[in-house]
Amino acid sequence: MSYVTTLIPPQAPPPAPPKPFTAGRFFGNIFMGVWLALAVGIFLMITGGWDPEKFAKYGPNYRSGLGVTLLLVSLSVVLGGLISLPLAFARMSKNPVLSWFSYGYVYFFRGTPLLTQLFLIYYGLGSFSAELKAWGLWWFFRDAWNCALLTFTLNTAAYQAEILRGAIESVARGQHEGAAALGLPKKVAFFKVILPQALIVALRPYGNEIILMIKGSAIVAIVTVLDLMGETRLAFSRTFDPQAYLWAALMYLLMVELLRNLWAWLETRLTRHLKR
Amino acid sequence: MSGFLTAIVEAVTAFIGIIDPFCGPVGIFNLFLGKTLLACGAAGWGDEIAFGFLVTASLAIATLPVGLLMGFFIALAKQSEEKSLRLSANIYTTLFRGLPELLTLFIVYYGMQILVQNLVAAMGYDGTIEINAFFAGMFALGLVFSAYCSEVLLSAFKAIPRGQYEAGYALGLHHGRTMQLIVLPQLIRVALPGLGNLWMALLKDTALVSVIGLPDILRQTGIAARVTKEAFQFYTVACLLFLVLAFLSSLVFSSIESWAKRSEVAR
Repeated sequence: MSYVTTLIPPQAPPPAPPKPFTAGRFFGNIFMGVWLALAVGIFLMITGGWDPEKFAKYGPNYRSGLGVTLLLVSLSVVLGGLISLPLAFARMSKNPVLSWFSYGYVYFFRGTPLLTQLFLIYYGLGSFSAELKAWGLWWFFRDAWNCALLTFTLNTAAYQAEILRGAIESVARGQHEGAAALGLPKKVAFFKVILPQALIVALRPYGNEIILMIKGSAIVAIVTVLDLMGETRLAFSRTFDPQAYLWAALMYLLMVELLRNLWAWLETRLTRHLKR
Repeated sequence: MSGFLTAIVEAVTAFIGIIDPFCGPVGIFNLFLGKTLLACGAAGWGDEIAFGFLVTASLAIATLPVGLLMGFFIALAKQSEEKSLRLSANIYTTLFRGLPELLTLFIVYYGMQILVQNLVAAMGYDGTIEINAFFAGMFALGLVFSAYCSEVLLSAFKAIPRGQYEAGYALGLHHGRTMQLIVLPQLIRVALPGLGNLWMALLKDTALVSVIGLPDILRQTGIAARVTKEAFQFYTVACLLFLVLAFLSSLVFSSIESWAKRSEVAR
């Protein structure tokens, strides 16, 4: 018969196996090093080339440019949203003329670059100045800002019409039938049953569209509108200081990231009833 | 030998001249618009605009493989087990998806110019260096395209079940072969619609390169518009040419899609 007289003394756990130095870790370290070097370089460039005089001179310009960008984007997104409603319904309607018109509109504005559309409206309509003057519309098309607003509105209307159409068509057929079975009139069914579900589907694409508009709005600088990009180009052409572009890049990144996070929060908030 | 090569080059040029869709004997500018401002040769702007069309198309086609390859590796980095690799890939995407394409282009164009200038000056050469606009455009658009592409490919990777990899390993295929024979064919099928959208966005972004002086469709039509004072007509032509490009690529993409789905049709 045997019995235990001594317990095995507690021992330290075996040492963790050494982390292998894989190719992934090698490249990861290299790329992180590159980013770090870039960040340090940018920091040194800002601190080294810091000029309070320039900052005082161009800072207010940047702020007004930011205001112009934000105003342009928000106005055109809202106006485009208004135009997109009839467009989306025309696209879904059974009338072939309406649906073909809407299809052509959307195809044109989604198939050509925003810059070309801007040139077409700003420079292209400028060649009809005599006719426009006769109709009393010249004051509108003379101004680059108005032309940019018009172009952006028409452009985003096409994209938003597609978003809206896709979202409305994504609502299951049973929802229509259920509303009809309850005896709801078509209009009530649309606004109380279909649209709320469609807008949840459309939320993310709408956010992407606004971000695309913020980024796309930089091109109005080419037609002499002094938005954030325009002020940046002006500051760069006067000072030849690469910092000018750096500040603009930071501002654009900040805008986009803020909007992206806001949208992520909005989405989790609005879809919390769908969480299982 | 060189005579033979010259003959080949001449034959190819002649052949391209015949099938040229704009200014060849059966080109639309020659057939229908010979008497207008869009005529070819010295009489009109047809050949200049046709050249711009070629530049736009070749810029987009040259950017595509670069962006796809970079996007693929960034997507791989994003799902790597190594933390630093994931983080650096995410910084890359955040940066180049958040910056306006125009700003990226300017930073690449002017930034490279300053960098190269300083580098060359340090080596003891003082002259002005001009960065090729085509190359700068390709680089900037490639950065943007690869950032978006990595997201599309990442979501496509997530759509492929883990069992597909395991089946590959169980068959004794090593990592690269599994990727090549099992994962990639499925990846292409899943990612194609997203990549098609990115290609359309790339085509439209090429118009921005006209700002730094590349003679693409928009720049050539812009010059024609300024000289002839027929801005509306020429910018309409530019829009139509971009629509033609979009239409052609949608045809190509639908044929690629049916090719990628050929194994599904049989089922």
